[in-house]
Amino acid sequence: MISQATDAPGIAPDTHSLRALILFVGMVVLLMLLLFRFIQLQVFYYDKYALRSDSNRIIERPLEPIRGVIFDRDGVPLATSSNIWTLSIIREEVPDLDALLARLSDALGLIQEDLDQFDRRLRENRRPYEPIALKFGLTLEQRAIIAVDRFHLPGVRIEPRTLRDYPFAGIFAHAVGSVRRISSEDYALIDRANYRGAEYIGKLGLEARYESVLRGEVGEQTLEVSASGRVTRPLEVIAPVNGRNIHTELSAVLQEAALQALDGQNGAVVAIDPRNGGILALVSAPGYDPNLFVTGFSAEQYENLTASAKGPLFNRAVAGLYAPGSTVKPIIGLAGIASQQTDWERTIYDPGYFQLPGSSRRYRDWTWRPGGVGGHGEVDLHRAIYRSANVYFYEMASRMPPHQLTDFLYAFGFGQVTSIDVPGAVSGLVPTPDWKRTYRNDEWRPGDNLNMSIGQGALQVTPLQLATATAIIARRGEAFRPYLYRGAKDNGLIDAIEAPVLMLPSQEDYERMAEAMQAVVHRGFMGAGQNGTAWAYIGMDIPYSMAGKSGTSQVVRQEQGEYVSPEDLAPEFRNHAWFVAFAPTEAPSIAIAVLVEHGGSGSRSAAPVARAIIDAWMEMQA
Amino acid sequence: MSVLTGLDAIWPLQTGGTRLERHGLDSLLLITLSLILALGLIALASATHAAPQLFISQVVHVALGLGCMLVIRQISPRFIQVWTPVAYVAILLLMTLVLAVGDVVNGSRRWLAFAGFRMQPSEFMKVALPAMLAWTFAQQRMRLGLQQVSLKALLIIAPVGFVIVQPDLGTSVILALIGVSVVVLAGVSLRFIVSMGVLGLMCAPLVWFLLKDYQRLRILTLFDPERDPQGAGWHIIQSTTAIGSGGLFGKGFRQGTQSHLEFLPERHNDFIAAVIGEEFGLLGIIALLTLYLILLGRCLYISIQLNEAYQKLTVAGIACGLFICVFVNMMMVCGFLPVVGVPLPLVSYGGTSMLSTLIGIGMILSFNAHRK
Repeated sequence: MISQATDAPGIAPDTHSLRALILFVGMVVLLMLLLFRFIQLQVFYYDKYALRSDSNRIIERPLEPIRGVIFDRDGVPLATSSNIWTLSIIREEVPDLDALLARLSDALGLIQEDLDQFDRRLRENRRPYEPIALKFGLTLEQRAIIAVDRFHLPGVRIEPRTLRDYPFAGIFAHAVGSVRRISSEDYALIDRANYRGAEYIGKLGLEARYESVLRGEVGEQTLEVSASGRVTRPLEVIAPVNGRNIHTELSAVLQEAALQALDGQNGAVVAIDPRNGGILALVSAPGYDPNLFVTGFSAEQYENLTASAKGPLFNRAVAGLYAPGSTVKPIIGLAGIASQQTDWERTIYDPGYFQLPGSSRRYRDWTWRPGGVGGHGEVDLHRAIYRSANVYFYEMASRMPPHQLTDFLYAFGFGQVTSIDVPGAVSGLVPTPDWKRTYRNDEWRPGDNLNMSIGQGALQVTPLQLATATAIIARRGEAFRPYLYRGAKDNGLIDAIEAPVLMLPSQEDYERMAEAMQAVVHRGFMGAGQNGTAWAYIGMDIPYSMAGKSGTSQVVRQEQGEYVSPEDLAPEFRNHAWFVAFAPTEAPSIAIAVLVEHGGSGSRSAAPVARAIIDAWMEMQA
Repeated sequence: MSVLTGLDAIWPLQTGGTRLERHGLDSLLLITLSLILALGLIALASATHAAPQLFISQVVHVALGLGCMLVIRQISPRFIQVWTPVAYVAILLLMTLVLAVGDVVNGSRRWLAFAGFRMQPSEFMKVALPAMLAWTFAQQRMRLGLQQVSLKALLIIAPVGFVIVQPDLGTSVILALIGVSVVVLAGVSLRFIVSMGVLGLMCAPLVWFLLKDYQRLRILTLFDPERDPQGAGWHIIQSTTAIGSGGLFGKGFRQGTQSHLEFLPERHNDFIAAVIGEEFGLLGIIALLTLYLILLGRCLYISIQLNEAYQKLTVAGIACGLFICVFVNMMMVCGFLPVVGVPLPLVSYGGTSMLSTLIGIGMILSFNAHRK
């Protein structure tokens, strides 16, 4: 019972009761509002918050695939992937980098070189929170020291990292190429999903060309973590698909032989197996150690690599452009025969120079000396090859329309990229009247024909192109596309564009040209001016048959009537030396082009290099 | 006749019915109280999985609180009323002592340590303030003179002021609201209440300038938790995530990933409701809110039934205080109020809060048992 009469001083009981009831109703209303909020969170937004709760606790870690190994033709690994313990630092998690480095230096005995390289890596383009390697190949003891001290080492990670290793160091630098750290520019171009957690990407050579094959597919591990980032349990693992191995046609033996034969000279060697078009050796000297791109280099090393555009990073074997010199003469000779401008019987008299009708300008032979000495006398095509007589080709070319020369050069792969999987290969230049009008704003003159016939003038080729052209002669006119990776065609990685088979000249003409080129090497003991140009240097004791052709590529123009002995020229103005060859002549298994920069005479400088490599090859075949 | 006359028939206060009631213990109130305490301990058992000693000490807190409650039940209401001003002044003195020698926790000086125990005197004020205001109302005439108004204002402002400078924004707001609710329940004229309310609202913007930077940040964070997701927004984001991901039926006892993987901060303390929401879902929340509502309704009903002005007002004031704490805490947990550090009464970990709430309920039981 509520009594109206209750005598409570100071408060009105009825008012109190009414207000208490109103307050209770207010409480009910407010708690209902609260309940609606919980219904909103737990029923209507359940999906959103359930997802948020999961993404709180679940993290995904990429599992790196192991990069495919690159092998040579005998199964020797040229680029491998090995796990080594690596200490890295996440810069964003380190409050005081100098203190941390000092502490680590004490603990691990880091040397200044390590710190300098770390500093370099730190300044490179990188993604946020990307670990930066400080020390590779930690010992068990060093790992223990760091593990004990880890609470004082924020941002320090020790993880096994798969590092690319190039066991041959600089020997295969230009053939195999290298991986490099993924820069932020790379990151904008690649499929990010497949490069989560990846550190390296193929940037040069085969590593770049077959990146997608070698890379594999990234896997994923999902883990449950606490708010502090501690892993509480693994949830799911999607294993990575490791990259595929690549077997190349390259030969470690030939590659080493080539570098040894070059003996520190700048130059390039490309060797091709004419039977299948596989590239056996691809050397560009100077080279560099691709391992430096993985572990980092010192400031000095970096300076050396990048100091000049034609420095160690420049791949002269596929991108270096040079005049082919006399090495092009067999092809020019075959062009003359194919266009019926000459035949094997035709002879001319060679006085050591050639003059176009109505011109006083003398186009010289290489034997020309002031005072009218020189020349090869009666010359047919065979002799013009083994003596490398310029005048024969001048005379022939003076009668040919330019397209008869240029078409033939194209057919041998000049002026275009015919290689299948050689990154960085350039097309070079076969000058034509059209080209000259467009780019030089000048008319094609008979002299241009003459220059082209001895591989000078505007004609520019790469060592790879010259090796390919030589291999086409070795194949007796059958064109092909050179390649590095054996599986390239089988795996449909490249369009199977078959090069056209040359119809002209006849098979017999190729045999006779091969004979003439064999004479370059083997024709000896005939007396002065009668031997093959290379015989004295490589042909006297050769145990197998080799067809070759020497050449020199002019670096500086010589004026009319002037003669400077190569020995009198400063080394940087001496001619580049060329030698192309294939062996054995009858059934060739190797075709090669050797360039020795500023080597002077092709026969003297380049031919012995070619001989040494082919010797090594023949030994392998035996 | 009162509009409330009919209530007695529906929900009578039976004395001498059940065994409990023969001892003057209201059975509905005690059953509800036990269920709330049980739910609280279950949630705490989950939230403290990493620190079981916390659970054990909370059991001790509950036992101690229930003991105090039963002892106070035996004390005569007259005695309680006489000693009310003394208790109020004593607690006020303890609060000044806190300001002088208190421990600082989370940047705020709230704790008083002695003989290995720590306590928060401001928690006791949640019971002492309504009792003290009731005491003054019981002494006075109907009309409120200036002197009366000033006295009551001073009684409210003194503890609120001490708490503000600790600084403890949440508790000061709660104490102020408790004071206001007691004044309203005393039957002060509506015109007076409205005019005071208008005055209060006009002062509200001034409070903004008195707030510390971190307190302002908490208020701003409320409107945009993503503004500082790792800092001030973290509590709100993780708490709403815990509750929302609980869904209708919850993730199950000890299955809450938000609390067990330590994403949810203060999970055994101010954010215990989020643990209930995550592990027992909407059903758990509905159960909790229903139990509170029954407890509050029962207290207010007892207040109406009591005859003494002091007792009526004290009981209603304690009930209002209880409600305000529950409401502010739950609003905070579900992201509608700033993070202000108000525990959930009877559920959150903490000895002082548990003790003061159960002492308040002990007083209610005493008044009810000694009802004439």
